[in-house]
Amino acid sequence: MARLNLWRWGVLGLAGLYFLVPMAASVVFTVDVPGQGITFDAYTRIFSTDGFVSSLLLSLGLAAATIAIVLLLMVPAMVALRLGAPRLRPVVEVVCSLPLVVPPIAFVAGIGTVLKWGPEHLSRTPLFQTFVAIQNPDFPFVLVPAYVVMALPFVYRALDAGLRAVDVPTLVEAARSCGAGWPQALVRAVLPNLRGALLNASFLTLALVLGEFTVAQLLGFQPFAVWIVNVSGSQAQLSVAVSVLSLLVTWVLLLALAGAGGRTRTASRG
Amino acid sequence: MTAALTRADAAPVASSKRRRRAPGWLAVLPLLVFTAVAFGLPAVAILNGAFTVKDPASGTTSYTTENLTTSLQGAYLTALLGSVKLSAVSAALGALLGLPLAQAVVTSRFPALREAVLTASGVLANFGGVPLAFAFVATLGNAGVLTRHLGLADTGWDLYSFWGLVLVYLYFLIPLMVLTITPALDGLRTQWREAAQNNGATAVQYWRHVALPVLLPSLLGGLVLLFGSAFAAYATAAAMVGSSVPLVTLQIADAISGNVLVGQENVALALSLDMVLVAGLVMAVYLPLQRRSARWLA
Repeated sequence: MARLNLWRWGVLGLAGLYFLVPMAASVVFTVDVPGQGITFDAYTRIFSTDGFVSSLLLSLGLAAATIAIVLLLMVPAMVALRLGAPRLRPVVEVVCSLPLVVPPIAFVAGIGTVLKWGPEHLSRTPLFQTFVAIQNPDFPFVLVPAYVVMALPFVYRALDAGLRAVDVPTLVEAARSCGAGWPQALVRAVLPNLRGALLNASFLTLALVLGEFTVAQLLGFQPFAVWIVNVSGSQAQLSVAVSVLSLLVTWVLLLALAGAGGRTRTASRG
Repeated sequence: MTAALTRADAAPVASSKRRRRAPGWLAVLPLLVFTAVAFGLPAVAILNGAFTVKDPASGTTSYTTENLTTSLQGAYLTALLGSVKLSAVSAALGALLGLPLAQAVVTSRFPALREAVLTASGVLANFGGVPLAFAFVATLGNAGVLTRHLGLADTGWDLYSFWGLVLVYLYFLIPLMVLTITPALDGLRTQWREAAQNNGATAVQYWRHVALPVLLPSLLGGLVLLFGSAFAAYATAAAMVGSSVPLVTLQIADAISGNVLVGQENVALALSLDMVLVAGLVMAVYLPLQRRSARWLA
Protein backbone atom coordinates (compact mmCIF):
# COMPACT_ATOMS: atom_id res chain seq x y z
CA MET A 1 0.00 0.00 0.00
CA ALA A 2 2.81 2.36 0.90
CA ARG A 3 4.52 1.53 -2.37
CA LEU A 4 1.30 2.20 -4.24
CA ASN A 5 0.96 5.58 -2.58
CA LEU A 6 4.54 6.44 -3.41
CA TRP A 7 3.85 5.61 -7.05
CA ARG A 8 0.68 7.70 -7.03
CA TRP A 9 2.35 10.75 -5.54
CA GLY A 10 5.21 10.32 -7.98
CA VAL A 11 2.83 10.40 -10.93
CA LEU A 12 0.91 13.36 -9.54
CA GLY A 13 4.13 15.17 -8.73
CA LEU A 14 5.54 14.74 -12.22
CA ALA A 15 2.26 15.82 -13.77
CA GLY A 16 2.16 18.84 -11.48
CA LEU A 17 5.68 19.74 -12.52
CA TYR A 18 4.92 19.44 -16.22
CA PHE A 19 1.73 21.48 -15.99
CA LEU A 20 2.88 24.12 -13.53
CA VAL A 21 6.41 24.88 -14.77
CA PRO A 22 5.30 26.56 -18.03
CA MET A 23 2.82 28.66 -16.04
CA ALA A 24 5.41 29.65 -13.48
CA ALA A 25 8.03 30.25 -16.15
CA SER A 26 5.59 32.46 -18.07
CA VAL A 27 5.08 34.60 -14.99
CA VAL A 28 8.83 34.79 -14.39
CA PHE A 29 9.31 35.66 -18.07
CA THR A 30 6.96 38.61 -17.77
CA VAL A 31 8.40 40.09 -14.56
CA ASP A 32 12.09 39.21 -14.82
CA VAL A 33 13.22 41.04 -17.93
CA PRO A 34 16.89 40.54 -18.84
CA GLY A 35 18.77 43.77 -18.26
CA GLN A 36 15.92 45.38 -16.31
CA GLY A 37 15.55 43.23 -13.25
CA ILE A 38 12.16 42.58 -11.67
CA THR A 39 9.46 44.79 -13.18
CA PHE A 40 5.70 44.63 -13.47
CA ASP A 41 5.79 46.88 -16.46
CA ALA A 42 4.31 44.26 -18.80
CA TYR A 43 1.13 44.04 -16.73
CA THR A 44 0.66 47.75 -16.20
CA ARG A 45 1.19 48.38 -19.90
CA ILE A 46 -1.56 45.98 -21.02
CA PHE A 47 -4.48 48.36 -20.73
CA SER A 48 -2.75 51.23 -22.44
CA THR A 49 -1.54 49.14 -25.37
CA ASP A 50 -3.13 49.89 -28.68
CA GLY A 51 -5.85 47.46 -29.61
CA PHE A 52 -6.19 45.64 -26.28
CA VAL A 53 -9.50 47.13 -25.27
CA SER A 54 -11.00 47.12 -28.74
CA SER A 55 -9.97 43.54 -29.52
CA LEU A 56 -11.18 42.29 -26.15
CA LEU A 57 -14.50 44.09 -26.54
CA LEU A 58 -14.84 42.64 -30.03
CA SER A 59 -14.23 39.13 -28.71
CA LEU A 60 -16.71 39.63 -25.87
CA GLY A 61 -19.32 40.98 -28.28
CA LEU A 62 -18.82 38.06 -30.63
CA ALA A 63 -19.06 35.69 -27.66
CA ALA A 64 -22.31 37.25 -26.46
CA ALA A 65 -23.86 36.99 -29.93
CA THR A 66 -22.63 33.42 -30.34
CA ILE A 67 -23.97 32.33 -26.95
CA ALA A 68 -27.34 33.95 -27.60
CA ILE A 69 -27.75 32.33 -31.00
CA VAL A 70 -26.45 28.90 -30.08
CA LEU A 71 -28.75 28.72 -27.04
CA LEU A 72 -31.75 30.02 -29.00
CA LEU A 73 -31.15 27.33 -31.61
CA MET A 74 -30.24 24.47 -29.34
CA VAL A 75 -32.41 24.76 -26.22
CA PRO A 76 -35.79 24.52 -27.98
CA ALA A 77 -34.47 21.76 -30.24
CA MET A 78 -33.08 19.70 -27.36
CA VAL A 79 -36.21 20.15 -25.25
CA ALA A 80 -38.37 19.19 -28.22
CA LEU A 81 -36.35 16.01 -28.69
CA ARG A 82 -37.34 14.98 -25.18
CA LEU A 83 -40.96 15.97 -25.65
CA GLY A 84 -42.40 15.02 -28.96
CA ALA A 85 -39.78 14.34 -31.59
CA PRO A 86 -37.52 11.51 -30.44
CA ARG A 87 -37.19 10.36 -34.02
CA LEU A 88 -35.26 13.53 -34.82
CA ARG A 89 -32.70 12.68 -32.17
CA PRO A 90 -30.19 10.93 -34.45
CA VAL A 91 -30.48 13.81 -36.93
CA VAL A 92 -29.64 16.41 -34.31
CA GLU A 93 -26.87 14.23 -32.93
CA VAL A 94 -25.23 13.91 -36.34
CA VAL A 95 -25.66 17.62 -37.11
CA CYS A 96 -24.01 18.52 -33.81
CA SER A 97 -21.12 16.09 -34.32
CA LEU A 98 -20.35 17.14 -37.89
CA PRO A 99 -18.21 20.13 -36.84
CA LEU A 100 -15.89 17.64 -35.11
CA VAL A 101 -15.13 16.05 -38.47
CA VAL A 102 -14.23 19.31 -40.18
CA PRO A 103 -11.12 20.89 -38.66
CA PRO A 104 -11.42 24.68 -38.17
CA ILE A 105 -8.80 25.34 -40.81
CA ALA A 106 -10.75 23.39 -43.43
CA PHE A 107 -13.97 25.10 -42.29
CA VAL A 108 -12.45 28.54 -42.73
CA ALA A 109 -11.12 27.57 -46.16
CA GLY A 110 -14.73 26.81 -47.09
CA ILE A 111 -16.06 30.03 -45.57
CA GLY A 112 -13.43 32.07 -47.38
CA THR A 113 -14.50 30.52 -50.67
CA VAL A 114 -18.15 31.26 -49.99
CA LEU A 115 -17.31 34.86 -49.14
CA LYS A 116 -15.51 35.18 -52.47
CA TRP A 117 -18.69 34.21 -54.28
CA GLY A 118 -20.09 37.55 -53.13
CA PRO A 119 -17.95 39.87 -55.26
CA GLU A 120 -17.82 37.34 -58.10
CA HIS A 121 -21.48 36.53 -58.61
CA LEU A 122 -23.60 38.88 -56.56
CA SER A 123 -22.07 42.30 -57.13
CA ARG A 124 -25.22 43.62 -58.79
CA THR A 125 -27.75 42.21 -56.34
CA PRO A 126 -28.84 43.59 -52.98
CA LEU A 127 -27.35 40.44 -51.40
CA PHE A 128 -23.94 41.93 -52.06
CA GLN A 129 -24.59 44.62 -49.46
CA THR A 130 -25.22 41.87 -46.93
CA PHE A 131 -21.89 40.29 -47.82
CA VAL A 132 -20.19 43.61 -47.19
CA ALA A 133 -22.10 44.27 -43.98
CA ILE A 134 -21.32 40.92 -42.37
CA GLN A 135 -17.62 41.51 -43.03
CA ASN A 136 -17.52 44.90 -41.33
CA PRO A 137 -14.24 44.86 -39.33
CA ASP A 138 -15.91 46.67 -36.42
CA PHE A 139 -18.24 43.75 -35.87
CA PRO A 140 -17.60 40.93 -38.34
CA PHE A 141 -20.91 39.13 -38.00
CA VAL A 142 -19.70 36.45 -40.39
CA LEU A 143 -17.64 35.02 -37.51
CA VAL A 144 -20.72 34.45 -35.34
CA PRO A 145 -22.32 31.66 -37.42
CA ALA A 146 -18.88 30.06 -37.75
CA TYR A 147 -18.45 30.10 -33.98
CA VAL A 148 -21.98 28.81 -33.45
CA VAL A 149 -21.19 25.83 -35.67
CA MET A 150 -17.93 25.20 -33.81
CA ALA A 151 -19.71 25.41 -30.45
CA LEU A 152 -22.48 22.96 -31.40
CA PRO A 153 -20.73 19.77 -30.17
CA PHE A 154 -19.91 21.31 -26.78
CA VAL A 155 -23.34 22.83 -26.30
CA TYR A 156 -25.03 19.61 -27.36
CA ARG A 157 -23.13 17.60 -24.78
CA ALA A 158 -23.63 20.15 -22.00
CA LEU A 159 -27.39 20.41 -22.63
CA ASP A 160 -27.79 16.67 -23.10
CA ALA A 161 -26.14 16.05 -19.73
CA GLY A 162 -28.39 18.65 -18.12
CA LEU A 163 -31.57 17.33 -19.68
CA ARG A 164 -30.76 13.79 -18.62
CA ALA A 165 -31.19 14.86 -15.02
CA VAL A 166 -34.61 16.44 -15.65
CA ASP A 167 -37.89 14.72 -16.45
CA VAL A 168 -38.93 17.21 -19.09
CA PRO A 169 -42.26 15.64 -20.19
CA THR A 170 -43.58 15.49 -16.62
CA LEU A 171 -42.37 18.99 -15.92
CA VAL A 172 -44.05 20.41 -19.00
CA GLU A 173 -47.21 18.40 -18.40
CA ALA A 174 -47.40 19.74 -14.86
CA ALA A 175 -46.87 23.30 -16.00
CA ARG A 176 -49.47 22.90 -18.76
CA SER A 177 -51.97 21.39 -16.32
CA CYS A 178 -51.55 24.46 -14.17
CA GLY A 179 -52.54 26.56 -17.14
CA ALA A 180 -49.18 27.63 -18.51
CA GLY A 181 -48.75 28.10 -22.26
CA TRP A 182 -45.88 26.52 -24.15
CA PRO A 183 -43.52 29.50 -23.82
CA GLN A 184 -44.38 29.88 -20.17
CA ALA A 185 -43.83 26.19 -19.45
CA LEU A 186 -40.44 26.37 -21.12
CA VAL A 187 -39.25 29.57 -19.53
CA ARG A 188 -40.69 29.13 -16.03
CA ALA A 189 -40.51 25.36 -15.55
CA VAL A 190 -37.86 23.81 -17.80
CA LEU A 191 -35.18 26.48 -18.05
CA PRO A 192 -34.68 27.00 -14.29
CA ASN A 193 -33.98 23.30 -13.99
CA LEU A 194 -31.39 23.57 -16.72
CA ARG A 195 -29.53 26.44 -15.10
CA GLY A 196 -26.35 24.45 -14.59
CA ALA A 197 -26.34 23.07 -18.11
CA LEU A 198 -27.02 26.48 -19.62
CA LEU A 199 -24.16 27.97 -17.61
CA ASN A 200 -21.87 25.17 -18.75
CA ALA A 201 -22.83 25.62 -22.38
CA SER A 202 -22.39 29.38 -22.18
CA PHE A 203 -19.06 29.11 -20.47
CA LEU A 204 -17.66 26.61 -22.96
CA THR A 205 -18.82 28.82 -25.81
CA LEU A 206 -17.29 31.89 -24.18
CA ALA A 207 -13.95 30.10 -23.75
CA LEU A 208 -14.10 28.91 -27.34
CA VAL A 209 -14.78 32.36 -28.79
CA LEU A 210 -12.24 34.16 -26.60
CA GLY A 211 -9.52 31.75 -27.59
CA GLU A 212 -10.48 31.32 -31.23
CA PHE A 213 -7.66 32.23 -33.58
CA THR A 214 -7.84 30.19 -36.76
CA VAL A 215 -11.05 31.45 -38.34
CA ALA A 216 -10.63 35.08 -37.34
CA GLN A 217 -7.02 35.30 -38.44
CA LEU A 218 -7.54 33.71 -41.83
CA LEU A 219 -10.60 35.84 -42.56
CA GLY A 220 -8.52 38.88 -41.63
CA PHE A 221 -10.23 40.12 -38.46
CA GLN A 222 -8.60 41.02 -35.18
CA PRO A 223 -10.36 39.76 -32.08
CA PHE A 224 -8.45 39.01 -28.90
CA ALA A 225 -6.41 35.91 -29.83
CA VAL A 226 -5.30 37.39 -33.15
CA TRP A 227 -4.33 40.62 -31.41
CA ILE A 228 -2.07 38.78 -28.93
CA VAL A 229 -0.17 37.14 -31.78
CA ASN A 230 0.15 40.40 -33.67
CA VAL A 231 1.47 42.20 -30.61
CA SER A 232 3.90 39.40 -29.73
CA GLY A 233 6.33 40.30 -32.49
CA SER A 234 7.14 43.69 -30.99
CA GLN A 235 6.35 43.12 -27.30
CA ALA A 236 7.09 39.56 -26.21
CA GLN A 237 6.68 40.21 -22.47
CA LEU A 238 3.34 41.88 -22.95
CA SER A 239 1.86 39.08 -25.07
CA VAL A 240 2.90 36.45 -22.54
CA ALA A 241 1.48 38.58 -19.73
CA VAL A 242 -1.86 38.74 -21.56
CA SER A 243 -1.77 34.97 -22.12
CA VAL A 244 -1.18 34.38 -18.42
CA LEU A 245 -4.05 36.70 -17.51
CA SER A 246 -6.44 35.09 -20.00
CA LEU A 247 -5.70 31.65 -18.59
CA LEU A 248 -6.22 32.90 -15.03
CA VAL A 249 -9.56 34.46 -15.96
CA THR A 250 -10.69 31.24 -17.65
CA TRP A 251 -9.65 29.21 -14.64
CA VAL A 252 -11.42 31.47 -12.16
CA LEU A 253 -14.58 31.40 -14.30
CA LEU A 254 -14.60 27.62 -14.42
CA LEU A 255 -13.94 27.25 -10.71
CA ALA A 256 -16.71 29.73 -9.93
CA LEU A 257 -19.01 27.77 -12.22
CA ALA A 258 -18.07 24.51 -10.53
CA GLY A 259 -18.76 26.07 -7.15
CA ALA A 260 -22.09 27.57 -8.20
CA GLY A 261 -23.52 24.59 -10.02
CA GLY A 262 -21.69 21.72 -8.35
CA ARG A 263 -21.31 20.31 -11.82
CA THR A 264 -17.57 20.25 -12.25
CA ARG A 265 -17.50 16.93 -14.00
CA THR A 266 -19.98 17.73 -16.73
CA ALA A 267 -18.19 21.01 -17.26
CA SER A 268 -14.83 19.40 -17.59
CA ARG A 269 -16.02 16.83 -20.05
CA GLY A 270 -17.33 19.38 -22.48
CA MET B 1 -56.49 30.56 -19.77
CA THR B 2 -60.22 30.19 -20.25
CA ALA B 3 -59.68 30.08 -23.99
CA ALA B 4 -57.11 27.35 -23.65
CA LEU B 5 -59.43 25.29 -21.48
CA THR B 6 -62.36 25.53 -23.86
CA ARG B 7 -60.17 24.55 -26.76
CA ALA B 8 -58.81 21.58 -24.90
CA ASP B 9 -62.36 20.58 -23.97
CA ALA B 10 -63.64 20.90 -27.48
CA ALA B 11 -60.89 18.93 -29.15
CA PRO B 12 -59.85 15.84 -27.24
CA VAL B 13 -57.14 13.31 -28.09
CA ALA B 14 -56.37 14.04 -31.72
CA SER B 15 -55.56 17.70 -31.32
CA SER B 16 -53.56 17.24 -28.14
CA LYS B 17 -51.39 14.78 -30.02
CA ARG B 18 -50.91 17.20 -32.86
CA ARG B 19 -50.19 20.01 -30.46
CA ARG B 20 -47.46 17.95 -28.89
CA ARG B 21 -45.83 16.98 -32.13
CA ALA B 22 -45.95 20.33 -33.85
CA PRO B 23 -43.51 22.10 -31.49
CA GLY B 24 -41.10 19.19 -31.97
CA TRP B 25 -40.58 19.77 -35.65
CA LEU B 26 -40.83 23.51 -35.38
CA ALA B 27 -38.26 23.71 -32.61
CA VAL B 28 -35.68 21.60 -34.42
CA LEU B 29 -36.20 23.27 -37.78
CA PRO B 30 -34.24 26.51 -37.07
CA LEU B 31 -31.24 24.47 -36.00
CA LEU B 32 -31.34 22.39 -39.16
CA VAL B 33 -31.81 25.42 -41.42
CA PHE B 34 -29.00 27.24 -39.67
CA THR B 35 -26.50 24.39 -40.00
CA ALA B 36 -27.53 23.85 -43.60
CA VAL B 37 -26.46 27.43 -44.33
CA ALA B 38 -23.58 28.07 -41.93
CA PHE B 39 -22.06 24.61 -42.21
CA GLY B 40 -23.45 23.30 -45.48
CA LEU B 41 -22.40 26.21 -47.69
CA PRO B 42 -18.72 26.08 -46.70
CA ALA B 43 -18.79 22.28 -47.01
CA VAL B 44 -20.18 22.55 -50.52
CA ALA B 45 -17.58 25.21 -51.29
CA ILE B 46 -14.79 22.88 -50.18
CA LEU B 47 -16.12 19.99 -52.25
CA ASN B 48 -16.78 22.13 -55.29
CA GLY B 49 -13.47 23.97 -55.12
CA ALA B 50 -11.44 20.84 -54.53
CA PHE B 51 -12.67 19.42 -57.82
CA THR B 52 -12.57 22.52 -60.03
CA VAL B 53 -9.79 24.19 -61.91
CA LYS B 54 -10.10 27.67 -63.35
CA ASP B 55 -8.24 28.34 -66.54
CA PRO B 56 -6.52 31.72 -66.00
CA ALA B 57 -6.53 32.53 -69.74
CA SER B 58 -10.11 31.83 -70.72
CA GLY B 59 -11.64 32.12 -67.25
CA THR B 60 -13.60 28.91 -67.70
CA THR B 61 -13.82 26.36 -64.94
CA SER B 62 -13.74 22.62 -65.36
CA TYR B 63 -14.13 19.65 -63.05
CA THR B 64 -11.03 17.57 -62.46
CA THR B 65 -9.18 15.61 -59.81
CA GLU B 66 -6.03 17.59 -60.53
CA ASN B 67 -6.15 19.49 -57.22
CA LEU B 68 -6.44 16.32 -55.22
CA THR B 69 -3.51 14.80 -57.08
CA THR B 70 -1.45 17.93 -56.46
CA SER B 71 -2.42 17.89 -52.78
CA LEU B 72 -0.90 14.43 -52.46
CA GLN B 73 2.44 15.34 -54.03
CA GLY B 74 5.66 17.08 -53.13
CA ALA B 75 5.62 19.62 -50.32
CA TYR B 76 1.88 19.08 -49.74
CA LEU B 77 2.36 15.37 -49.20
CA THR B 78 5.30 16.07 -46.88
CA ALA B 79 3.08 18.40 -44.84
CA LEU B 80 0.23 15.89 -44.71
CA LEU B 81 2.56 13.11 -43.58
CA GLY B 82 4.24 15.50 -41.13
CA SER B 83 0.84 16.22 -39.55
CA VAL B 84 -0.04 12.54 -39.38
CA LYS B 85 3.32 11.69 -37.81
CA LEU B 86 3.15 14.52 -35.28
CA SER B 87 -0.43 13.65 -34.33
CA ALA B 88 0.29 9.93 -34.05
CA VAL B 89 3.38 10.41 -31.87
CA SER B 90 1.76 12.97 -29.57
CA ALA B 91 -1.49 10.99 -29.33
CA ALA B 92 0.39 7.82 -28.38
CA LEU B 93 2.47 9.65 -25.77
CA GLY B 94 -0.59 11.51 -24.49
CA ALA B 95 -2.50 8.26 -24.04
CA LEU B 96 0.47 6.54 -22.36
CA LEU B 97 1.01 9.39 -19.93
CA GLY B 98 -2.65 10.24 -19.37
CA LEU B 99 -3.63 6.75 -18.25
CA PRO B 100 -1.41 6.55 -15.13
CA LEU B 101 -2.36 10.11 -14.20
CA ALA B 102 -6.08 9.31 -14.46
CA GLN B 103 -5.53 6.09 -12.52
CA ALA B 104 -3.68 7.96 -9.77
CA VAL B 105 -6.57 10.41 -9.51
CA VAL B 106 -9.36 7.82 -9.63
CA THR B 107 -7.85 5.62 -6.92
CA SER B 108 -7.08 8.61 -4.71
CA ARG B 109 -9.01 8.88 -1.48
CA PHE B 110 -9.22 12.66 -1.61
CA PRO B 111 -12.32 13.86 -3.47
CA ALA B 112 -10.88 17.37 -3.51
CA LEU B 113 -7.80 16.20 -5.40
CA ARG B 114 -9.95 14.41 -7.90
CA GLU B 115 -12.18 17.43 -8.46
CA ALA B 116 -9.17 19.71 -8.76
CA VAL B 117 -7.44 17.51 -11.34
CA LEU B 118 -10.61 17.02 -13.39
CA THR B 119 -11.40 20.74 -13.33
CA ALA B 120 -7.84 21.55 -14.29
CA SER B 121 -8.03 18.97 -17.08
CA GLY B 122 -11.20 20.59 -18.35
CA VAL B 123 -9.46 23.93 -18.58
CA LEU B 124 -6.19 22.59 -19.97
CA ALA B 125 -7.82 20.34 -22.57
CA ASN B 126 -9.35 23.48 -24.07
CA PHE B 127 -6.15 25.43 -23.56
CA GLY B 128 -4.72 24.82 -27.03
CA GLY B 129 -4.10 27.79 -29.18
CA VAL B 130 -2.21 30.99 -28.77
CA PRO B 131 -1.71 31.32 -24.98
CA LEU B 132 -0.31 27.79 -24.85
CA ALA B 133 2.22 28.56 -27.55
CA PHE B 134 3.34 31.68 -25.71
CA ALA B 135 3.61 29.92 -22.37
CA PHE B 136 6.03 27.46 -23.92
CA VAL B 137 7.93 30.11 -25.84
CA ALA B 138 8.39 31.92 -22.52
CA THR B 139 9.55 28.70 -20.88
CA LEU B 140 11.61 26.85 -23.45
CA GLY B 141 11.87 29.20 -26.42
CA ASN B 142 15.08 30.86 -27.54
CA ALA B 143 14.88 33.47 -24.77
CA GLY B 144 12.76 31.28 -22.48
CA VAL B 145 13.26 31.17 -18.74
CA LEU B 146 14.37 27.53 -18.56
CA THR B 147 16.46 27.85 -21.71
CA ARG B 148 18.37 30.71 -20.14
CA HIS B 149 18.73 29.39 -16.62
CA LEU B 150 19.54 25.79 -17.52
CA GLY B 151 21.68 26.67 -20.51
CA LEU B 152 19.59 24.44 -22.77
CA ALA B 153 20.71 26.25 -25.91
CA ASP B 154 24.14 24.62 -25.65
CA THR B 155 22.63 21.16 -25.53
CA GLY B 156 21.02 21.68 -28.92
CA TRP B 157 17.49 22.10 -27.54
CA ASP B 158 15.10 23.61 -30.05
CA LEU B 159 11.46 24.26 -29.17
CA TYR B 160 10.59 25.11 -32.75
CA SER B 161 11.01 21.53 -33.93
CA PHE B 162 9.04 18.30 -34.19
CA TRP B 163 9.76 17.20 -30.63
CA GLY B 164 9.20 20.71 -29.34
CA LEU B 165 5.72 20.62 -30.83
CA VAL B 166 5.09 17.18 -29.34
CA LEU B 167 6.04 18.52 -25.91
CA VAL B 168 3.63 21.45 -26.35
CA TYR B 169 0.77 19.35 -27.73
CA LEU B 170 1.00 17.00 -24.75
CA TYR B 171 -0.01 19.96 -22.62
CA PHE B 172 -3.58 19.71 -23.86
CA LEU B 173 -3.57 16.06 -24.99
CA ILE B 174 -2.76 14.54 -21.59
CA PRO B 175 -5.68 16.37 -19.88
CA LEU B 176 -7.93 15.32 -22.77
CA MET B 177 -6.91 11.71 -22.18
CA VAL B 178 -7.55 12.06 -18.46
CA LEU B 179 -11.07 13.34 -19.17
CA THR B 180 -11.76 10.59 -21.71
CA ILE B 181 -10.46 7.68 -19.66
CA THR B 182 -11.67 8.67 -16.18
CA PRO B 183 -15.26 7.42 -16.67
CA ALA B 184 -13.91 4.07 -17.85
CA LEU B 185 -11.56 3.82 -14.88
CA ASP B 186 -14.48 4.70 -12.61
CA GLY B 187 -16.34 1.80 -14.21
CA LEU B 188 -13.72 -0.70 -13.07
CA ARG B 189 -15.46 -2.23 -10.07
CA THR B 190 -13.41 -2.91 -6.97
CA GLN B 191 -15.22 -6.26 -6.81
CA TRP B 192 -13.45 -7.33 -10.00
CA ARG B 193 -10.07 -6.63 -8.46
CA GLU B 194 -11.09 -8.40 -5.27
CA ALA B 195 -12.41 -11.37 -7.20
CA ALA B 196 -9.14 -11.58 -9.14
CA GLN B 197 -7.17 -11.37 -5.91
CA ASN B 198 -9.28 -14.06 -4.26
CA ASN B 199 -8.53 -16.33 -7.17
CA GLY B 200 -4.84 -15.74 -6.63
CA ALA B 201 -4.16 -13.26 -9.43
CA THR B 202 -1.29 -10.81 -9.10
CA ALA B 203 -1.70 -7.13 -9.84
CA VAL B 204 -0.08 -7.62 -13.24
CA GLN B 205 -2.42 -10.51 -14.05
CA TYR B 206 -5.40 -8.44 -12.97
CA TRP B 207 -4.41 -5.62 -15.29
CA ARG B 208 -3.52 -7.94 -18.15
CA HIS B 209 -6.64 -10.10 -18.06
CA VAL B 210 -9.35 -7.93 -16.49
CA ALA B 211 -8.71 -4.21 -16.43
CA LEU B 212 -7.02 -3.67 -19.80
CA PRO B 213 -9.56 -5.65 -21.86
CA VAL B 214 -12.35 -3.64 -20.26
CA LEU B 215 -10.47 -0.39 -20.78
CA LEU B 216 -9.33 -1.17 -24.32
CA PRO B 217 -12.24 0.41 -26.22
CA SER B 218 -11.96 3.58 -24.14
CA LEU B 219 -8.19 3.62 -24.52
CA LEU B 220 -8.38 3.27 -28.29
CA GLY B 221 -11.21 5.78 -28.40
CA GLY B 222 -9.12 8.23 -26.41
CA LEU B 223 -6.18 7.59 -28.70
CA VAL B 224 -8.05 8.46 -31.89
CA LEU B 225 -9.67 11.45 -30.20
CA LEU B 226 -6.21 12.72 -29.25
CA PHE B 227 -5.02 12.06 -32.77
CA GLY B 228 -7.88 14.06 -34.25
CA SER B 229 -7.34 16.88 -31.80
CA ALA B 230 -3.63 17.13 -32.59
CA PHE B 231 -4.29 16.75 -36.30
CA ALA B 232 -6.69 19.70 -36.40
CA ALA B 233 -4.55 21.98 -34.22
CA TYR B 234 -3.40 25.07 -36.04
CA ALA B 235 -3.19 28.09 -33.74
CA THR B 236 -0.49 26.67 -31.46
CA ALA B 237 1.78 25.70 -34.31
CA ALA B 238 1.13 28.91 -36.23
CA ALA B 239 1.90 31.12 -33.24
CA MET B 240 4.94 29.07 -32.29
CA VAL B 241 6.89 27.62 -35.17
CA GLY B 242 5.73 29.57 -38.21
CA SER B 243 6.52 27.02 -40.91
CA SER B 244 9.72 25.33 -39.75
CA VAL B 245 7.83 22.08 -39.19
CA PRO B 246 5.80 20.94 -42.22
CA LEU B 247 2.14 20.64 -41.19
CA VAL B 248 -0.94 20.42 -43.38
CA THR B 249 -2.78 23.11 -41.40
CA LEU B 250 0.08 25.57 -41.97
CA GLN B 251 0.12 24.70 -45.68
CA ILE B 252 -3.59 25.38 -46.01
CA ALA B 253 -3.24 28.68 -44.20
CA ASP B 254 -0.37 29.70 -46.48
CA ALA B 255 -2.31 28.80 -49.57
CA ILE B 256 -5.45 30.64 -48.44
CA SER B 257 -3.60 33.82 -47.54
CA GLY B 258 -1.89 33.73 -50.93
CA ASN B 259 1.59 33.42 -49.46
CA VAL B 260 2.46 30.93 -52.17
CA LEU B 261 1.65 30.85 -55.85
CA VAL B 262 -1.55 32.54 -56.90
CA GLY B 263 -4.24 30.10 -57.90
CA GLN B 264 -3.39 27.59 -55.20
CA GLU B 265 -6.61 28.28 -53.30
CA ASN B 266 -8.25 25.24 -54.79
CA VAL B 267 -5.31 23.07 -53.78
CA ALA B 268 -5.89 24.41 -50.27
CA LEU B 269 -9.49 23.23 -50.58
CA ALA B 270 -8.28 19.84 -51.79
CA LEU B 271 -5.95 19.68 -48.77
CA SER B 272 -8.91 20.60 -46.58
CA LEU B 273 -10.83 17.74 -48.11
CA ASP B 274 -7.90 15.41 -47.33
CA MET B 275 -8.04 16.60 -43.73
CA VAL B 276 -11.79 16.10 -43.52
CA LEU B 277 -11.35 12.55 -44.81
CA VAL B 278 -8.70 11.78 -42.20
CA ALA B 279 -10.78 13.38 -39.44
CA GLY B 280 -13.86 11.52 -40.68
CA LEU B 281 -11.95 8.27 -40.49
CA VAL B 282 -10.93 9.12 -36.94
CA MET B 283 -14.53 9.77 -35.88
CA ALA B 284 -15.68 6.61 -37.66
CA VAL B 285 -13.29 4.67 -35.44
CA TYR B 286 -14.01 6.70 -32.31
CA LEU B 287 -17.82 6.64 -32.15
CA PRO B 288 -18.30 2.83 -32.25
CA LEU B 289 -15.50 2.42 -29.70
CA GLN B 290 -17.14 4.93 -27.41
CA ARG B 291 -20.43 3.07 -27.67
CA ARG B 292 -18.67 -0.19 -26.88
CA SER B 293 -17.00 1.23 -23.81
CA ALA B 294 -20.32 2.65 -22.64
CA ARG B 295 -21.50 -0.95 -22.16
CA TRP B 296 -19.25 -1.38 -19.17
CA LEU B 297 -20.14 1.90 -17.59
CA ALA B 298 -23.88 1.35 -17.42
